[in-house]
Amino acid sequence: MANKSGKAPMTSWEKNQFKWGWIFILPTMIGLIALNIYPIFATVYQSFFKTGDFGRGNIFVGLENYATMVKDAEVWQSLWNTIKYAIIEVPFSICIALVLAVFLNRKMKGRSVYRAIFFLPMIAAPAAVAMVWRWLYNSQFGLLNNLFGIHVEWISNPKIAWISVAVIGVWSILGYNIVLFIAGLQDIPHDYYEAAEIDGASGVAAFFNITLPLLSPTIFFVLITRVIGAMQMFDLVYMVMDRTNPALPKTQSIVYLFYQYSFNFGNKGYGSAIVMLLLAVILIVTVIQNVGQKKWVFYN
Amino acid sequence: MQSMETKRKVTQIAIHIILIIFSFIMLVPFAWMALTAFKSTTEATQVNPFVIFPSQWLTDSFKKVWNNMSFLLLYKNTLLLIFWRVVCAVLTATMAGYGFSRLEFKGRDMMFNLILFQMMIPSQIFLIPQYVMVSNMKMTNTIFALVFPGIVTAFGTFLLKQAYMGLPKDLEEAARMDGCNIFQTFLLIMAPLARSSMVALAIFTAVFAYKDLMWPLVVNTSATKMPLSAALATMQGQYSSNYPDLMAASLIACVPMIVLYLIFQKQFIEGIATSGGKL
Repeated sequence: MANKSGKAPMTSWEKNQFKWGWIFILPTMIGLIALNIYPIFATVYQSFFKTGDFGRGNIFVGLENYATMVKDAEVWQSLWNTIKYAIIEVPFSICIALVLAVFLNRKMKGRSVYRAIFFLPMIAAPAAVAMVWRWLYNSQFGLLNNLFGIHVEWISNPKIAWISVAVIGVWSILGYNIVLFIAGLQDIPHDYYEAAEIDGASGVAAFFNITLPLLSPTIFFVLITRVIGAMQMFDLVYMVMDRTNPALPKTQSIVYLFYQYSFNFGNKGYGSAIVMLLLAVILIVTVIQNVGQKKWVFYN
Repeated sequence: MQSMETKRKVTQIAIHIILIIFSFIMLVPFAWMALTAFKSTTEATQVNPFVIFPSQWLTDSFKKVWNNMSFLLLYKNTLLLIFWRVVCAVLTATMAGYGFSRLEFKGRDMMFNLILFQMMIPSQIFLIPQYVMVSNMKMTNTIFALVFPGIVTAFGTFLLKQAYMGLPKDLEEAARMDGCNIFQTFLLIMAPLARSSMVALAIFTAVFAYKDLMWPLVVNTSATKMPLSAALATMQGQYSSNYPDLMAASLIACVPMIVLYLIFQKQFIEGIATSGGKL
């Protein structure tokens, strides 16, 4: 490794590795730079401009978009809606999935059938999922209200619409979390449970003293990816909430707002500023989670 | 001992009951989708008495939306989108993953940091510039436009790199002793051994492409160039309150993927478990 400094001449083996190494990574790197790295800078740049109506011209406005955003109640309401959505979707989908995964992680009849059913929403088109839930929630003709003989405006009452949307989110993502938890559970050695059983520990005690600590790295991974996923929620609001729905302002997510400004209102500059806010929030939440994990994630 | 045995049985039954309740909750929306699709509009919106099962199983809605929405074209667009995304992702990630894991060369670590950096960024940040690029190329409303953001994959590269790192080093050395050059070692020895991760990446990419909604909505606004997801979304506006039609279209859009899933269930679930990515 004497020539790591790059000054000594490379041996032919090193030259060979250099050549092939770059050939292997070049397609990915070119694509990555063109499709992802350049766009990051382009979005930051765009956020300093006001896009004219009908796509006419870019006017440099400096930090004006950000200044407007800070005072824009709609942006903060959307951010708050997104956080509220995450506060329901993430803990519920993780806790329910955890319990169901523990139940499924044992020899029993119908195990693969249950697993297949729980996973089903994951491969359904989100547009179809949203449409059928909208139909279930329909206040006049929907299954929910007519089955239970109630008259709840599930998705047009601003007070509860955000919960109704989050319920669809939990329903959609449950199978995904279950699959990841089962994979994690299978790595826990069986001896631990046998030892616990000999000691007379109950199933519940084994869950809290063995399963939870040993599964904590998987739980942490799922938590991080789910929080990031929930912060980027778009499909459900777009499909379930009509533009005229009175509950829309109290349910629209930050990405939905970004989409509206960028592609429907033709203001890509303001859209870019909104998406920078999303980036900042995601980075802050991820840092907090990474610091917090030291308190509860248990690595072997 | 007797009581212990009974206790175990009771637990077993309780677990089954909970699992059945949740299975029911998971299945009700799909069942309701199917039941509504076979009803007439009058029956679907009848409240007194409320009808659960259609009195007559009508196929009118299926026929109507099948003809109006040119589903064959939508299937074709979706299939092409999935096909090209999977081919591009697996090909580029298999190569790059090998370069990053098994070769040492100048610039490697810096480039890999870019990969990790990309994975931390929410994808909406790329969206406007990607759209502007496609639009400047005059390529909106094409299959190319649908595939565009998925030509390379940072996440897939990371996944494949991890897969190669789990393989023993001796294999490569043996291949090299036998006179294989770096490319031959990659193609004949190492890439075949990373097969299961390639399958995982392919499944992950396919499901993601199938479910992606925002990008197709942005880039392909012409009805004949949409994939299923975007076409369903636009359809909702047109048929706003004709629920049997909406449910029939949803069912037609979901069935192929559900059938594929039921056939390749093991690969699907393992694929998601190994890739575990940001779906």
